[in-house]
Amino acid sequence: MENLRKTPLYARHLEMGGKMVNFSGWALPVQYRSIIEEHQAVREKAGLFDVSHMGEIRISGSGSLELLQKAVTNDVSRLLPGHVLYSPVCNPGGGVVDDILVYRLGEDEFLLVVNAANREKDFSWFKQLAVEFPGVCIEDISSQVAQLALQGPLSVQILARLTSADPGSLPYYRASLDVEVSGVKCMLSRTGYTGEDGFELYCAAEEACRLWDEIMIAGEKDGLIPCGLGARDTLRLEAALPLYGHELDEDITPLEAGLERFICWQKDFTGKEVLLQQKEKGVRRRLVGLEMVDRGIPRKGYTLTSNGQVIGEITSGTQSPTLGKALGLGYVSVESAAVDTVVEVEIRGRNYPARVVPVPFYRRKRTV
Amino acid sequence: MYPADLKYSKDHEWIRVEGNRGRVGITHYAQETLGDVVYVDLPRAGDMVKAGESFGTVESVKSVSDLYAPVSGEVVEVNREVMDHPDLINKDPYGSGWLIIIEMSDPGELDNLMDALAYEEMVKEG
Repeated sequence: MENLRKTPLYARHLEMGGKMVNFSGWALPVQYRSIIEEHQAVREKAGLFDVSHMGEIRISGSGSLELLQKAVTNDVSRLLPGHVLYSPVCNPGGGVVDDILVYRLGEDEFLLVVNAANREKDFSWFKQLAVEFPGVCIEDISSQVAQLALQGPLSVQILARLTSADPGSLPYYRASLDVEVSGVKCMLSRTGYTGEDGFELYCAAEEACRLWDEIMIAGEKDGLIPCGLGARDTLRLEAALPLYGHELDEDITPLEAGLERFICWQKDFTGKEVLLQQKEKGVRRRLVGLEMVDRGIPRKGYTLTSNGQVIGEITSGTQSPTLGKALGLGYVSVESAAVDTVVEVEIRGRNYPARVVPVPFYRRKRTV
Repeated sequence: MYPADLKYSKDHEWIRVEGNRGRVGITHYAQETLGDVVYVDLPRAGDMVKAGESFGTVESVKSVSDLYAPVSGEVVEVNREVMDHPDLINKDPYGSGWLIIIEMSDPGELDNLMDALAYEEMVKEG
């Protein structure tokens, strides 16, 4: 663990009994006591995650909007300050460089939240694209920023105790750019990666421990517990949210990944030509949700077959704590992508049937 | 944590000798390292297993691990209960979380295993 990067909360994780693992070069807790307990806390009550490993890139100056419109597939022009959007970033071949959140902070100021493993790659990619936009300043501010994710149905009531801002009135995918939570200056956004209601809080790295402690204390009586990467992964998988390096990669397009709703065809962007061609011809493989029919748990890299022919591969899989079923995401050729198609998953040399099912596997009951 | 009446393998399995048979499971250390166990694959009664070789798998939420036979022989009984309720391995690794019973073909192999003290020492050293 010595040569791994540490978030500002590293000492807290150890104190709380976090089982530390190497995640993309970061020392982070995979769990504290039990992945299943942490998962259930987020579905039923609330959980707090340290996601300070995520990268933050600030884009500012004249031409920022134009640069972003060129770099990402979604439409950044419709964002007002305090609005957030999710978008793939494509390479010229239409493959996914990263999937990111874009926050509009001001007229010419944006914050990109990127995957930890892609931070350096994204930074150089945006720098490269920015050659045409000399007025744009691109800064990697990741080491100055800590990020906590408070997720679960009780997140609103917990947070409401700590701030005079009214967190419950913040719409989904909106951010309050400058609020105080327990006296800590934060950017607060109604976003998350769990399929549950919740918030992501960004603050200065040196304030992270104080913010963490205050939230934990405020939520104790509601059953708030700290959660690790293990629960984060099972939660996002039930919600069928893609994970870079699994469902997304440089040679997978957003169309194959089922992310067309995050592509704005009315503007020009990197990779558009290839994606348009693919849209016209139709994709050859598609990301689908799979549910094991009988036994077996699908895992990343397992081969998918149909009538003895290889048709694809599992990209993520687990035993779903909420649904009690073994679930997976994977790419299959379009002939096998229709819901209710039964394919075979090869697990340790044996084939086990799995059925294509609609995604997300889990959808929360919306109260807001 | 490590009952004195059991023998332990370096692969973190335990065996309880019952005459010419041995009841096999995974240790407290193994279940704790795995985390919540959600799936177990075991051989069928009648299958042969070989000391040091994989006889099945155990899966936690995050990972898949092989199970290694501490001794060679024929599988004479399989814990059906644990296949339907894999969390028994976490809750009671030396009791209801047992996995298989082996009719030993060479009880002399037991001498290659550790006693509780030696196993605990090995686990401590990591």
